Amino acid sequence: MSMIEHEIQVLKSEIVDMWKLVSEQMRDSMITLLKMDKQLASETVATEKQVNAMELKIDRSCESIFALHNPVANDLRLVLALLRINYNLEKIGDIAASIAKFVKKTQGYDYTPLIESTQVLQMFEEARDLLDDVRLAFEKEDVQLAINIFKRDKSLNELNKTARSVIINEIKKDPEHVEELLKMLSVIRKLERAGDQSKSIAEEIIFFIEAKIVKHGHKKNS
Amino acid sequence: MNKIESKNLDFYYGAQHALKNINLAIKENTVTALIGPSGCGKSTFLRLFNRMNDLIANTKLTGEILIDNKNIYAKGVNVDALRKQTGMVFQKPNPFPKSIFENVAYGLKVNGIKDRKEIEERVETSIKQVALWDEVKDKLKKSAFELSGGQQQRLCIARALAIQPSVILMDEPTSALDPISTSKVEELIYELKSKYTIVIVTHNMQQAARVSDKTAFFYLGELVEYNTTKEIFTNPKVERTQNYITGRFG
Repeated sequence: MSMIEHEIQVLKSEIVDMWKLVSEQMRDSMITLLKMDKQLASETVATEKQVNAMELKIDRSCESIFALHNPVANDLRLVLALLRINYNLEKIGDIAASIAKFVKKTQGYDYTPLIESTQVLQMFEEARDLLDDVRLAFEKEDVQLAINIFKRDKSLNELNKTARSVIINEIKKDPEHVEELLKMLSVIRKLERAGDQSKSIAEEIIFFIEAKIVKHGHKKNS
Repeated sequence: MNKIESKNLDFYYGAQHALKNINLAIKENTVTALIGPSGCGKSTFLRLFNRMNDLIANTKLTGEILIDNKNIYAKGVNVDALRKQTGMVFQKPNPFPKSIFENVAYGLKVNGIKDRKEIEERVETSIKQVALWDEVKDKLKKSAFELSGGQQQRLCIARALAIQPSVILMDEPTSALDPISTSKVEELIYELKSKYTIVIVTHNMQQAARVSDKTAFFYLGELVEYNTTKEIFTNPKVERTQNYITGRFG
């Protein structure tokens, strides 16, 4: 194995570790919302430091590979893709931490009926599944699996629209609690963005395997 | 317009089939890099353009090499005139055992230029073209061997330019030079391409990526892939090319 192959293997392994950590963070964040568990919420927020540290380490690993090994062709595309996937994962980690912070700060208002009517837990499941499935696409270098993510992100977007309508109606019915309702709207919006981040990751996977740029609606070679 | 073209080109050293059916066109005022592992035929191919391989016994060529649309291997071709048109720079700087001035003037004198003023002007122009003038203008009578390796190589390029070729052939021109000299020669290649068509053999992939417009990858005498340098180094179409440029073999 050449030096660059070794470095790339290490980098892939680092990104998969970060991926798994962010997935756990999303799972914990979902449980905190389900149970309104402030203790677990604190622990989930604390994980953010670990995710951030991993992001910085992966950034430096990518930088080293560029500087020392001059990657070209598929190696270059892979390192570029990993640099961007690293960013996407850190953003999903931020989303998980941010939802946990919301749970930590809740006081007095009972979110249980709203959690049910907005199907926010279903959105959470779907966002998590997207993250795990796009990791599978990466590990198997499977373009079709990556393409499947786009359709499923659309379903998440539909859930988001439905949830927004529910909240808007609640605000009309219960304007005294508009602040609490808007906070839930923010949670829903964040989950939709988590889906977008997974979709971006899928685009990067297609780029590194097939040298095709599919972001922003492009369907062409790089 | 194609400055150089090879058509159905095969070349043999005795029984050894060194180049196999090479079809490649090089546009005017471009830099083309020839890359590939040792023994793949890239230097052999380069030497076809000035018929240097004629000096090797028991070789055979089939097919055509065209420069300015004329087959340079046709009967009756003036090989001396061809070699005036195609300057060559080698891996190891090889200045003549003469002064700096005489190194560059020699080619002019051998080609019948006698006018002293013209010789001086063309020597100065050539040495300025390679960005060496300021370093040597006050010591033109000194031996070329007093120059550093990088300066000697630039002097050799000036020597080639003095006879006003239209093509410059470079066979690993910087492999014996330090990084700063290498950088100066690469800058020079970039500047020269507006006036010359340059073909460079290099083992240094990063150099090929830096200096060339198009890159040709050779392997075991075959032209495996030929494309813009950007495509070769970002998205090569042939797996063997990708394996070579990513260091998986060679």
